[in-house]
Amino acid sequence: MSGGIRIRGLTLGYDRHPAIHHLDGTIAPGDLLALVGPNGAGKSTLLKGLVGEVQVLEGRIERGAAAGAIAYLPQAAEIDRDFPLSVLDLVAMGLWRWLGAWRSLFRGRAECEAALAAVGLSGFEDRPIGTLSGGQFQRALFARLIVQDAPVILLDEPFTGIDARTVGDLLALIRGWHGQGRTVVAALHDLGQVRAHFSKTLLLAREPIAWGPTAVVLTPPNLERARHLSEAWDETAAICRRDHDDHGHHDHAAHAGHGDHHGHDHPGHHGVKREAAE
Amino acid sequence: MDALISGLVGPYEFGFMRRALVGCLALSLSAPPLGVFLMLRRMSLMSEAMSHAILPGAAAGFLVAGLSLPAMTLGGLVAGLAVALLAGFVTRSTMLKEDASLAAFYLIALAGGVFLVSLRGSQVDLLHILFGSVLALDDPALWLMGGVSTVTLLALAVLYRPLVMECVDPLYLRTVSRAGGPVHYAFLALVVMNLVGGFQALGTLLAVGLMLLPAITARFWASDLSGLIPVSMLVSVIASAIGLTVSYNAEIRLPTGPAIVLAAGALYILSMLVGPRGGLLQRLVRRRHLEA
Repeated sequence: MSGGIRIRGLTLGYDRHPAIHHLDGTIAPGDLLALVGPNGAGKSTLLKGLVGEVQVLEGRIERGAAAGAIAYLPQAAEIDRDFPLSVLDLVAMGLWRWLGAWRSLFRGRAECEAALAAVGLSGFEDRPIGTLSGGQFQRALFARLIVQDAPVILLDEPFTGIDARTVGDLLALIRGWHGQGRTVVAALHDLGQVRAHFSKTLLLAREPIAWGPTAVVLTPPNLERARHLSEAWDETAAICRRDHDDHGHHDHAAHAGHGDHHGHDHPGHHGVKREAAE
Repeated sequence: MDALISGLVGPYEFGFMRRALVGCLALSLSAPPLGVFLMLRRMSLMSEAMSHAILPGAAAGFLVAGLSLPAMTLGGLVAGLAVALLAGFVTRSTMLKEDASLAAFYLIALAGGVFLVSLRGSQVDLLHILFGSVLALDDPALWLMGGVSTVTLLALAVLYRPLVMECVDPLYLRTVSRAGGPVHYAFLALVVMNLVGGFQALGTLLAVGLMLLPAITARFWASDLSGLIPVSMLVSVIASAIGLTVSYNAEIRLPTGPAIVLAAGALYILSMLVGPRGGLLQRLVRRRHLEA
């Protein structure tokens, strides 16, 4: 499975305000990458950007072979759990790539049942999704991810409000995916979890602070810097001129110098010229 | 007994009653399933707004060509689709929530429509457009309603899976497919088509009645889509038959369109009381809880 994603000079945001500012790097195929940072650091925004949910303000995301086969688990709140749908049907949504709108679910049923068994939800097939507890629902969504069988899997805070045992089971699934050579990127808050289970980490605070092996990234000075970078959404922020300074046009050569190395600040980071917004 | 049978069957000796029944049956097969989706997507008020939006379109058709089916249908379709698209557009590009922008649109549409009809027509014409004339369905109107019903059922069969996914988890559908947007707009188009079809019989104000009331009623009898959709159709068929029969047999002259919608309303209230899924009686009788 090849599921690498290259990120070049990426700025993502809402309403011209960047939530991710000038990110460069490569998520290598088979990476087990944790996204860490304070609230508002842009972890969710980066994941949304990777699946095309947030507008790219500047720069590029090169999905290569992974394009169209990225599985994405958003924060559960975005799903309508009042809808009268069975757990099996929810899991079966994962088969969309193979079944589309019309092909029969008949042969996929066994696959969905196996996925439910893998997340410990055997016997829940016909339950309405509204009757599941938070942890059970998250397990069902992981079953859908299993069925999706994607080379790249993005998880947005998958363990929020989930008990320890369920987290343990789901982490085991994630390790299994890693073992199968899938690329897994997860936004997480629990640094202990990250240190124990994730080989690589990207520390974000709207700006990339550090990106590399977890032990190298999660150092006290780096974490301190992440805390310091303001979370504020400055209504009167100046227009960012950074790109106009260090690469006026978006060619490969301009990015090549910092496209591949992880764990370092963006060059030209500190000499940002600012200009009052109109 | 004879009186009962003649009361039930008698009305349908007349061609206009049979036509009314056929038209309502066609509407009963296509509108309630859409109502089920509208209800589950919390878009019940949206459909109400769209039905009001049809009025100025139909009125414009009426201004140009009088009480002509093609002109009023076309006008209604155009106006309904325009409001559905505009409301979506206003929501996305301003800070208004969709319900607020829809409320603004439908008030303008309702006032504008009444205004337009009054420019040329009489009170009777206005009543006809607002409340329909189910007892005066001619061949073209029946063809239109049958056609709308057929197209709707076929389209729902085609769109069913992505439509359900769009309702439950639109974000997921967006990540695996580009079908979300087109499916949403196709669904809105089906709603508008059914409102225009229903407006022949029930008028612009009540066309939404056979769409929403049976769907909401079904919620008290069934818990998933495979139950909700057939139950909603059945409720609509029963309401149509009751409404037509009662309005024909009544001593005083009952307007037929409102009688049908009222029958659906009565079924709703009955279901709310005795329905096995969350009905009031169900809640009053507390049964002992289970072991697990």
